[in-house]
Amino acid sequence: MTTTANVLGVFAHVDTTLQAIRDLRAKGFSNLTVYTPVPVEEIEHEIDKVEPLSKVRLFTVIGALTGTATGFFLTIWSSLKWELVTGGKAPVSIPPFVIIAFELTILLGGLATALAILVLGQLPKLKPSSTYDPRFSVDRFGVAVACPPDKVESVQSTLTAAGAEEVRR
Amino acid sequence: MSAPPAQSSTAQATWADVNRDVIRTIGMPGEKYFAWLCLVALVLAAGAAAWAWQIWVGIGAAGKRTPQMWAMYITTFVFWIGIGHAGTLISAVLYLFRAKWRTSIYRGAEAMTVFAVMTAGLFPLIHAGRMWFAYWLMPYPNQRYLWPNFKSPLVWDVFAISTYLTISVVFFIVGLVPDIAALRDNATGYKRKIYAVLSLGWEGSDHQWRHYRRAYGLLAALATPLVLSVHSVVSFDFAMALVPGWHSTLFPPFFVDGAIFSGFAMVLVLILPMRALFNWYPYITDRHLDAMAKLILVTSLVLTYFYVCEVFTAWYSGDHFERASVFAKASQQYAWAYWLMYFCNSVVPLVLFVKKLRTHAVVLYVISIFVLIGMWFERFNIIVPGLAHDFYPYTWGTYYPTVTDSAIIVGSFAWFFLLFLGFIRVMPSLSIVEVKEVLPHPLKHATPTGGHH
Repeated sequence: MTTTANVLGVFAHVDTTLQAIRDLRAKGFSNLTVYTPVPVEEIEHEIDKVEPLSKVRLFTVIGALTGTATGFFLTIWSSLKWELVTGGKAPVSIPPFVIIAFELTILLGGLATALAILVLGQLPKLKPSSTYDPRFSVDRFGVAVACPPDKVESVQSTLTAAGAEEVRR
Repeated sequence: MSAPPAQSSTAQATWADVNRDVIRTIGMPGEKYFAWLCLVALVLAAGAAAWAWQIWVGIGAAGKRTPQMWAMYITTFVFWIGIGHAGTLISAVLYLFRAKWRTSIYRGAEAMTVFAVMTAGLFPLIHAGRMWFAYWLMPYPNQRYLWPNFKSPLVWDVFAISTYLTISVVFFIVGLVPDIAALRDNATGYKRKIYAVLSLGWEGSDHQWRHYRRAYGLLAALATPLVLSVHSVVSFDFAMALVPGWHSTLFPPFFVDGAIFSGFAMVLVLILPMRALFNWYPYITDRHLDAMAKLILVTSLVLTYFYVCEVFTAWYSGDHFERASVFAKASQQYAWAYWLMYFCNSVVPLVLFVKKLRTHAVVLYVISIFVLIGMWFERFNIIVPGLAHDFYPYTWGTYYPTVTDSAIIVGSFAWFFLLFLGFIRVMPSLSIVEVKEVLPHPLKHATPTGGHH
């Protein structure tokens, strides 16, 4: 017993895809998935109007600060374990430790950012979406709409009117 | 590798063309490819045998005698780290500057970076002799009573290089994911399954792109200071020491510039044959060659400035040992290496002032080879003649290469090319997504405004 139906419109152009997104939004359909072979700025702007800002940067900053803290902790703690004065410098000398802290900031910041792609982008995706079409990695755009079954016709006509090459359920 | 028969611009290629042109490079290669592969594998085998010999008889097999304890291994280590600079420079710095021309070369350059750093990473192990104790290099508090000295530039180096390798690999993989999805959609059978796993089920939905793009930008922002820092830290290995000719604040920018210089030369050495072999003239156009040639020219001029500074500083410092070191380099047993370096790095690239030659594939190739030779000798000139003539005459000494260390050095080139040859046959060596991004986007009504980045 499904309460939602999936309708897919396949487009060949950026402007027709954009038109379809705007028309669907205007008619109150908000559950859209847009497939693009490459990131398209115009489409991203349209999506960003309703989507909250991506939380990737949160991952980055937490990762980076963890790196900084780890760098200083590792160096200071180890130096206190081996309290050796070398080159007339105190065991805990901050300037050289900044280098370690810097490298670990970048390392953990970068790894956390990569992790964000997986976590936020919900990857790896084990089962392909029912609305995905292999052409979307070549030169076609897709707008998939999840809607109540009684609205399917309205969605289909909106997609066709916007200029979809192909509309299917 | 001669000039292409017809120069078509990228505007003529469509998105479907890009998929087709990149995907057709993957699959069953021809006999020529296997011939190259065999040759490279043979050279690598010779290098591996030499390494085995060195482990068997000891590090003396590498011709290391006091004061020449760094010799060719550290020279080649620094050389390979330098080569690895172009990739992340292209994928991070040029990305932030929105340099569109990067898109056609960045995949090859990133692969080059990862493989070059993997090659460089072998040298501390080879150099350390008893490589089964290599983990002793990892600086952490331990029960072996080894002192992790965080004030040592060698320890900084461990962190800098490992971070650089990790972040370069992350960049490389993140860039590959959407492209592997394109391969998956084109493949059948078991290949499809393999690509499906490697693509992580990427579909290019708005949800995925949104996070992906933001993450890519942040990675680029993180990697930019890393690119500049990694070779600075490598230069600290020398600059922090008191050896005449090493102890200079000039070293970090000098090393970073040289790294970019040699990195771009290696990009050209790899990209030019690929362009001819895969018929990628519509994607790697004269504009791309021109941009890379200009970068090589600029970095060459900056390097020449540093060379002049180095000599001037030695003279102006009034320091007897600094002056003697430069004099010895330019006139004693290693003078040939010194002047060869000047010729390759400062004189040969001047040819690129001629506009026509900046887009001439053969000329660019030859210049790149000169640059690579020159940059290897630059590191040689810092390390070997530097150590050959420091403070006291009783520590002076000449280094003679042996068959063992020479075979290992040549073998490292084979290892690098073997990795690269493998890569270009299983993965897209031209970025499908990024090349499409800069092509004009398909529009039905509006006037095409061209791609953005």
